[in-house]
Amino acid sequence: MTRIALQALRKEYAGQVAILDLTLEIADGEFFTLLGPSGCGKTTLLRMIAGFNSIEAGTISFDGTVINDRPASERNIGMVFQNYALFPQMTAAKNVGFGLQTRKIARAEAERRVAEALESVRMGHLKDRLPGQMSGGQQQRVALARALVIQPALLLMDEPLSNLDAKLRVEMRDTIRQAQRDAGITTVYVTHDQEEAMAVSDRIAVMNLGVVQQVGTPAEIYRRPANRFVAEFIGKTNLLERDLVRQDGRALIDLGNGQIIDVTDMINPSASGRVQVSVRPEAVKAASTGLAAEVVDETFLGSHSQVRAQLVSGDIVEFLEFSQRSVLWQRGEKVFLHVDTNLLTFFDAASGMSIMAGAAV
Amino acid sequence: MKIGGKPVDGWTSIALLLTGGYLFMVVWPLVTVLLASVTNGEGFSLDGFATFFSSRLYYGTLLNSLLVTICVTVLAFVIAFPLAYFMTLFRIPGTRTIQVLILASMMSPPFIGAYSWILMLGNNGLITRWFKDVGLEVPSIYGFTGIVLVLTLQLVPLIFTYLMGAWRTIDVSLLEAAESMGMTGWRRALKVIMPLLLPTILGGSLLVFVRAFADFGTPMLIGQGFRTIPVLIYSSFVGEVSVDRSFAAAVAVIVIAVTLGVFLVQKFIVDRRTFSMTAMRPIEPSPLAGWKGWGVYAYVYGFLVLALAPLVVVVVSSFRNTLYGQFVDGFSFRNYLTAQRDIIRYITNTFSIGLTALVLLVIVAVLVSYLTVRRKGALTGALDTMTMVPYVVPGLIIGIALITAFSQPPLVLTGTFAVMVLALAIRRLPYSVRSTTALMYQFSPSIEEAAVSLGASKFRTLVQVIVPALAPGIVSGAVLSWVTIITELSTTLFLYNTSTQTLSLGIYAQVIRGQLGTAAALSTILLILTMLSLFLLLRLSGGSREIRL
Repeated sequence: MTRIALQALRKEYAGQVAILDLTLEIADGEFFTLLGPSGCGKTTLLRMIAGFNSIEAGTISFDGTVINDRPASERNIGMVFQNYALFPQMTAAKNVGFGLQTRKIARAEAERRVAEALESVRMGHLKDRLPGQMSGGQQQRVALARALVIQPALLLMDEPLSNLDAKLRVEMRDTIRQAQRDAGITTVYVTHDQEEAMAVSDRIAVMNLGVVQQVGTPAEIYRRPANRFVAEFIGKTNLLERDLVRQDGRALIDLGNGQIIDVTDMINPSASGRVQVSVRPEAVKAASTGLAAEVVDETFLGSHSQVRAQLVSGDIVEFLEFSQRSVLWQRGEKVFLHVDTNLLTFFDAASGMSIMAGAAV
Repeated sequence: MKIGGKPVDGWTSIALLLTGGYLFMVVWPLVTVLLASVTNGEGFSLDGFATFFSSRLYYGTLLNSLLVTICVTVLAFVIAFPLAYFMTLFRIPGTRTIQVLILASMMSPPFIGAYSWILMLGNNGLITRWFKDVGLEVPSIYGFTGIVLVLTLQLVPLIFTYLMGAWRTIDVSLLEAAESMGMTGWRRALKVIMPLLLPTILGGSLLVFVRAFADFGTPMLIGQGFRTIPVLIYSSFVGEVSVDRSFAAAVAVIVIAVTLGVFLVQKFIVDRRTFSMTAMRPIEPSPLAGWKGWGVYAYVYGFLVLALAPLVVVVVSSFRNTLYGQFVDGFSFRNYLTAQRDIIRYITNTFSIGLTALVLLVIVAVLVSYLTVRRKGALTGALDTMTMVPYVVPGLIIGIALITAFSQPPLVLTGTFAVMVLALAIRRLPYSVRSTTALMYQFSPSIEEAAVSLGASKFRTLVQVIVPALAPGIVSGAVLSWVTIITELSTTLFLYNTSTQTLSLGIYAQVIRGQLGTAAALSTILLILTMLSLFLLLRLSGGSREIRL
């Protein structure tokens, strides 16, 4: 049960800034995810919280106590690694029991807790297996049990699902979410997979180049991305560059073919100029009227298709087609696209920042 | 407390302790040799070097050594490359056995090879006499020919082992890609495979070069008039040529300079063209038929016979009767029985000295490799470089350095058990540190971090997690070290006395004394010990893992 505060945190590698004056608060019991492309500093930040990386400036506190100089072994953390990091010479049960042994827990008590922990990840029947005799998924379950059995103040997970295959990944992330809820442990989770992040997190911090781009619930960052980077990184989007013009006190954008959007809810209600309209694929449908376009190609994916079409303006728009047609769209076929204007977000073309209210960083 | 951003803890003290030990036990003795080479009784003087370069008698040995070394390196490679090529690409009956036997011939001490060839082709050798009986004269085995023959046969297996390891990293798809572009057979081997193997080849060649250049036992036994530079060092140091120690020191410095130069050139080349490869699908050997098949078999088995013949001859000879040290007709256990008191003493010493050196070696290697892999920094970098020093310093010179540094107060070690242990451990350390470091690099840092995150201290992590996890590799490495320790000759040649004489020193002494029967018996025992160790090693490594020196 721990509340974590990062205050003006900074990390440098040989003069290169890896984390820049980062400030974050993570609530007690929260499942908090650091999400971003590789090299964005998410793992660096996690390792700073764990105590494996030094801190150049700023503070990390657990429940209001600064722990900058506390060694990793005394931070009472449970950590799950991408490569499982099980001790290869120890059985599953020995691995799970290691942290209890260093804590000098009495043998009987330790054995009971190890059995419980293994059972909670459904690995009780394999307690005498060595890591080499287990599959990746099984190893990661044991690693999770090993991290949880010590009842840590904080659970840290560094891309725990990246080495697993797609199906197992979905199954494992439910296990992780369940175990975290049951234990109620504050969790910091690192991943580059936005779908995974949205599936497990209470809140997500999207990071790029050592800077937090936006913090919010999965729905907030998907629906109201703070900037173009977040919009493009979370889910897919089409960016159409248009002019925002003032007319009769209203802010209007002409998408083309007379499709005019009336933009409301802006940070600066009198703004105008070049903007980028972010159109999610699910906001677009083929219809009898709307934006005139020509089909570029269609990719059949089973439950739906991905269609790419070129607007008269030259922009390529990707959208999803759920109708069960027996014939695919052909290249060059004429379509009209209907755009649901309620699902759009707008960015200043120069700065890439959202011009919408309610998309705070 | 922090120094340079790194926390100061127990590891820093261990690093300092090890560095201090190295400076005192390795660097300081070598510095004394260097100082001895540029001083005489009065002060600074380059007389030693001047003497060396003034007479062909002296500088000729350097030329001889270089000639032998280059011939051996080239020959060993030329023989080993097809051997490894055939063994990788073609299914040859008894592959497993062949590899074990090649390994066995590599691990047997070179001076036994030299001694055995004398038994076969020497003035009074078996084969020499057969030919004499039918009126034929065989060319003399002594001198250049003998040295090159013995060393080449000894070192082919070394390059072979290196090459086999490298072949295992080549994915079959590379060969198939070359073939799809119309390149097959020898052209493919030379154009595609060779460049990929080059770093390994250069690495292996360096080892061959250093071994051949520094080998003392072989030229001493079989060289006769053809003197190489280690022989010159030996004889000048024991006062046979001149009692001038500054001369011996100067020669030693020249030898170190040559090996160091070769080492640096090789490092420069290898660093610039290292490929990282892992074979998802290693090459599967394919069956052979017809004349091509017979040719390949003849090559492989032919080499095997040549490499193993000396060992067989020694073992058989050990049961031949002797009179005044020379072989006569008839077979018995007499050689073993008459020398049994010596034999027991040699074996006891081999085990007590060898095992002590081994324990010291393993502990230091684990600590050094942990420090250099996990605690990168100026101090550990320096430590890493220092552990590599004995790699380019021939054993004979390590012996001389130790005797020069520790023969007068405050620390007199000459003739003690301790100096034998020290010399053997120092000699083997670079290899041991290298192999342990490789293991340490393969060991994921996150496993260590997992232990720390679970509340274990760094030291506890090392003892409870890292060492047990690496134990199989460490033990395999230790067995390999054990074999080189028991077969080591030149390092301890200046350091022993009768109470610390080991098997290999015993063999040398008996051969020099002309007690050929006893020497054969001792050699047989040493070979059996070596083979048992090899057997243990293969069992430990599951018979599949690559064995590196």
